Amino acid sequence: MKVLVAYKRVVDFNVRVQVKPDGSGVVTEGVKLSANPFDDIALEEALRLREKGIATEVIVATIGPADAQAHLRNGLAMGANRAIHVVTPNAIQPLTAARTLLKLVEKEQPGLVILGKQAIDDDSNQTGQMLAALWNRPQATFASKVEIAGNIAKVTREVDAGLETIEVDLPAVITTDLRLNEPRFIKLPDIMKAKSKPLETIDFAALGVDSGDHLKTTAYAPPAKRSKGVMVKDAAELVATLKTKGLL
Amino acid sequence: MAKILIVAEHLGGKLNSATARCVTCARDIKPEAIDVLVLADAPDAIAAEAAKIDGVSKVLTLANAANAHALAATLAPQIAAVAKNGYTHVFAPSTTFGKDVAPRVAALLGVAQVSDVMKVIDACTFQRPIYAGNAIITVQAPTDQVLVATVRTASYAAAANGANTAPTEALNLNVELPTHTRFVDLAQAKSDRPDLQSARRVVSGGRGVGSAENFAIIFKLADKLGAGVGASRAAVDAGYVPSDLQVGQTGKIIAPELYVAIGISGAIQHLTGIKDAGTIVAINKDAEAPIFEIADLGLVGDLFKLIPELEQALGG
Repeated sequence: MKVLVAYKRVVDFNVRVQVKPDGSGVVTEGVKLSANPFDDIALEEALRLREKGIATEVIVATIGPADAQAHLRNGLAMGANRAIHVVTPNAIQPLTAARTLLKLVEKEQPGLVILGKQAIDDDSNQTGQMLAALWNRPQATFASKVEIAGNIAKVTREVDAGLETIEVDLPAVITTDLRLNEPRFIKLPDIMKAKSKPLETIDFAALGVDSGDHLKTTAYAPPAKRSKGVMVKDAAELVATLKTKGLL
Repeated sequence: MAKILIVAEHLGGKLNSATARCVTCARDIKPEAIDVLVLADAPDAIAAEAAKIDGVSKVLTLANAANAHALAATLAPQIAAVAKNGYTHVFAPSTTFGKDVAPRVAALLGVAQVSDVMKVIDACTFQRPIYAGNAIITVQAPTDQVLVATVRTASYAAAANGANTAPTEALNLNVELPTHTRFVDLAQAKSDRPDLQSARRVVSGGRGVGSAENFAIIFKLADKLGAGVGASRAAVDAGYVPSDLQVGQTGKIIAPELYVAIGISGAIQHLTGIKDAGTIVAINKDAEAPIFEIADLGLVGDLFKLIPELEQALGG
């Protein structure tokens, strides 16, 4: 079984993103870029499935500008067998991403597609679900445990009420939550090895994807600031202040 | 004129308050109609609750044994079919339920989705957070297609309940439902405490609490305050408490009247989950912790000493 992993490059989670003073966007120049943390978890899960003998091949795919190739090399260094780079200079929206991934799914016929539950840049949390809908296959979102037996995946999902377990027939789409696994670190020799692994580039325009970029962002603003409050000296003063405010 | 369909969230035969929060958001659009759709095996009692929410025009029900559990793959084709009956908007709460099902509906309709609506500018223009709330963007959706959106529930109070008596209509759909996705079980922590997402008061613990055993003092304080219990990602990752307690960018976004953060340093990912709280209290031994930058009331000290003192000060 082939496993396809969607692997997005985003502004590193440690960067405190700033809105440009003119409100035209956020500052991304000179900012550190990394794999979306949820996508690293997705790749790790795929690698573990291969190590268990369930997956035969792990393919990482990204949709992004030409310089995103280095990011895919990281995915290869982590252990993916090969990579697909759909090249477009433009940022695309989730529906377009899902339609693009569907083209790759049709080409590769994976038994499983694993994505992060959300990308930490636009925080949309949509692409996996949209891909599953377009593919007309099951989705198991927010996964914290995946067990595959034959043609069925049993997935535990982190939901608001607790942990939900569902069973889906393969092929299926799984999106990862934080507790699914801890991604491995890349070792130096693997970086060297990754240089010779196959990396296919496909021009986005050549895929003939109908753009689903229907949303127009008209303004960027910094969030409303909470003003800094006051320090109290002890528990008694804290309780007294809360009582004065009518909160207790 | 806008006609808004809200997908009701419910569990165990009870309507979730997230639905009434969506109604508040929908009312900001000043639509011609706000209809609530209840998909369940036995929707009547849930529909009766929804019919009481102020602002609801009509409650639609889809009774089907296949709707006993909220499986997105099963629900989405039904929601998409109903949406095609002249609705301009489909709203779902930005909870794990809504986040799971809404994009599937949007894709079936071939439209984009606006996630986490925090403010309505007009019928097709909304504000939403990106980058863990470090930026707020204004997005404009096309006016000539159905708009699917999830509503950031922490941004909206629940619409009042009681005075309304909206009519209920049972729908029949001829939609083929998949069998490839099956519910197995739901492991739910049994708790008498207020639900984290709708609690008026919340007490949260972080890494500073130190262990699962030590978390007992957080629970005890919460009980004294009649509060729900939350946690930072660090506390959940360390295994102190289950994942459904996580507050933050990738966990629950909450807006209680009172939020008490104990032993939580205040990573931006956590702060984004609480910034709509009425009053934030921070208790931390590190006076430089970022949590104090946004706390309304801060208290520096050892939580193991301060919590018992707090309980004492609270009395009885």
